[in-house]
Amino acid sequence: MANITATLELRDVSKSFGSVVALRNGRLTMMPGSIHALVGENGAGKSTLVKIIAGLYQRDSGSFEMEGRPVKFRSTADSKAAGVAVIYQEPTLFPDLSVTENVFMGRQPVGRFGRIDKASMRSEVADIIERLGVDIDPDRPTRGLSIADQQIIEIAKAISLDAKALIMDEPTAALSGVEVERLFAVARSLRDEGRALAFISHRFDEVFALCDTITVMRDGSYISTQPIGQTTEHDIVRLMVGRDVDELFPKVETTAGDVVLEVEGLRSPGVFDDITFQVRAGEIVGLAGLVGAGRSEVARAVFGVDGYTDGAVRLNGRPLPKNNPAAAMRAGIGFVPEDRRQQGLVIDAPIATNVTDAIRRGQLVKGAVVTQKREFAAAQRWAHELEVKCSALDAHAGTLSGGNQQKVVLAKWLAADPKLLIIDEPTRGIDVGTKSEVHRRMSELAAGGMAILMISSELPEVLGMADRVLVMHEGRVTAEIARADATPERVMFAATHNRQEVAA
Amino acid sequence: MNYYPDHARPLWRRALVNREMAIVYLLVATVAFSCLTVDNFAQSITVYNILRNYFSALILALPMCLVMITGDIDISVGSMVGLSCSLLGLMYISGVPFELAMVVAIGVGALGGLLNGLLVTRVGLPSLAVTLGTMALFRGLAVGALGTTTVTKFPEFWTAIPKYAIGETGVPVVMVFFAVLMAAFIWLLHFTAFGRGVYAIGLNSQAAAFSGVDSARTRTVLFVLAGTLSGVGGVYWTLLRGVARGDTGSGLELQVIAAVVLGGVSVFGGVGAVYGCVAGVLLIGVLANALQVVGVTADIIKIITGGLLIASVMAGSLIAWTKNRRVGAKAASAQTE
Repeated sequence: MANITATLELRDVSKSFGSVVALRNGRLTMMPGSIHALVGENGAGKSTLVKIIAGLYQRDSGSFEMEGRPVKFRSTADSKAAGVAVIYQEPTLFPDLSVTENVFMGRQPVGRFGRIDKASMRSEVADIIERLGVDIDPDRPTRGLSIADQQIIEIAKAISLDAKALIMDEPTAALSGVEVERLFAVARSLRDEGRALAFISHRFDEVFALCDTITVMRDGSYISTQPIGQTTEHDIVRLMVGRDVDELFPKVETTAGDVVLEVEGLRSPGVFDDITFQVRAGEIVGLAGLVGAGRSEVARAVFGVDGYTDGAVRLNGRPLPKNNPAAAMRAGIGFVPEDRRQQGLVIDAPIATNVTDAIRRGQLVKGAVVTQKREFAAAQRWAHELEVKCSALDAHAGTLSGGNQQKVVLAKWLAADPKLLIIDEPTRGIDVGTKSEVHRRMSELAAGGMAILMISSELPEVLGMADRVLVMHEGRVTAEIARADATPERVMFAATHNRQEVAA
Repeated sequence: MNYYPDHARPLWRRALVNREMAIVYLLVATVAFSCLTVDNFAQSITVYNILRNYFSALILALPMCLVMITGDIDISVGSMVGLSCSLLGLMYISGVPFELAMVVAIGVGALGGLLNGLLVTRVGLPSLAVTLGTMALFRGLAVGALGTTTVTKFPEFWTAIPKYAIGETGVPVVMVFFAVLMAAFIWLLHFTAFGRGVYAIGLNSQAAAFSGVDSARTRTVLFVLAGTLSGVGGVYWTLLRGVARGDTGSGLELQVIAAVVLGGVSVFGGVGAVYGCVAGVLLIGVLANALQVVGVTADIIKIITGGLLIASVMAGSLIAWTKNRRVGAKAASAQTE
């Protein structure tokens, strides 16, 4: 290995924002023909490192070389020109432009009189897509393409630029199993062409399946780099959190109390149908199923963000009006939605405002006035309770790491003291340490008598946390499985078959 | 019980160094400069003239501030001032008691605002398109209602009201009404759950909905407030001039929107404060008055006001830009690269 020059090598790179050190000593060596995993908890400095490579940030110190030559990127254009491509979790393409136009955005080949050479653009894109072994029409607009296909277009862009180093920042977070396999096949073929790849993911099975080398980061520092064959998942987790994580699902056994939530015959044409279930006090009910089975839609209808045509929702025996989140909140429902940046938080508002958003009509009001004093007092209490890490309570929520943002959303709803808490994907995109913290907290809340409805796409989470599992398939509940009987096989079978087949 | 600092910046910096205060300083500087350099400026008659002429803009800046913080806009306010004025004249010459006519004129303003609000929130049309339409609609009705007639000779008891000043200060008595109204809007925006909802809608309407903010209701209420105060503005204008005409309030909407943007409200919503908008109106008023006194013509005054508006918006983006560079918050734009 010693005589091969690294495609990209960063050593002791640091970056601070004001007094906050985001990266202490980042180190990463990407070799040609290798897929390098970069793992670490949220806030470990991975994203900062990637942004320095991409030219979005400039490093404060340390060295950065590409193929042995020192480089300094002042913009993303610099890094692209040097052969670096970064594929983000959610690509941002121009939805109304064609696949071809997106690939060549900003550097269209021109023919005579400065006319754009559409034919050569199209044929090159068709070539690349064929090489990647995927089926996307180069002429179709990108609107409506799945995230997986959009990522493929980003990769096509990178190939057409002949990128030497490709960095994929959590590309699989929103992909289905088949799509992940396809992405991996593409990644392997790029590796075999001699490109250097880096792969950031929170999913260890993927890291171990795809990568050959792994670098662990923690608290803004480089921890270790080793060949993947010489390590285990347990070792990596220990390096990431700096301690052993014994119990990822610290479930406390509870006895279910009175029925809190009753959903009866809920129907929204084309979305879900005949949804009937109950959630009792002290119980965690897991709502499992594949992405698109209608789980989040049911939760949104219960909370009232979306409407429904038939059926009824009752809380503690009282009917809830439909399509009225304010009434649902008054009745005692809290809802941690799926998309924390768009739905859970106002990311451009202060943390204090976000934490108190669900109680702004309740505890915060005294004599028709909401004062900053009461707002900050409540925010102090709940941010501390949830162990949110922040510099000041008037900092915008968008400045926090993903795990801390999720804690703010949880704090917001716990402040309202709900009887029923609906949590849609409680730990999506958050690090191992925070994950087990969220699980422990959910378990405690249930033990304290709260009814919890949890939607999760992670099977271990469903099996580990839920007292009862409801499985949905194509808008209907296909099975209800008690904790003792819930096995991965049973849940997956119910998630992929209709009700008759499951019953048979 | 304090585990975190509440604020990253100390109180004096938060209170004195911000976008709204910048306009207040500019206002104070303009007043001071005018007093020193413009002959006969530092008199109570100047205060009297400015406040009397900008009273409608002042009261309209209050609801416009909130409307624009939610990310909407209402460009029909000037036409509604005209319609209110025109209807007041029409009812008066038709023999309707003047007091009743005033109430009805204000009521029509409220209804017009409700129409705007329902079209925006229930039908789901963009507020710019809706109020562009009602701007033409209200103006058409205003001009149509009176035709070429100009109504004058309103009861003197009422037309005298805009002319009273508080003692020797030159401050019109009607400013008391404005002060109460401003206090009410400050309360509504900065000290109620409703106001928190207004900001939330402007920053992220989806997250607002997930926090139980009734966006449709909030926005409708704001349009009704804008309409109602347009009705009040129309009545005021009629009393001030003692004349009802269909073209009253033409261009007022632009003056109000300019003042609100100058006062620090983001055209994208989510950002702004009531006092900044009030300072914005006063700045435009003082500047126009001072320039007029030194003999600058109306067209040049417009050019200067326009330039000031663009400069203020540019300064705002410039500050945001340098701040972003410093904090490295280009992360937001990372994904578009």
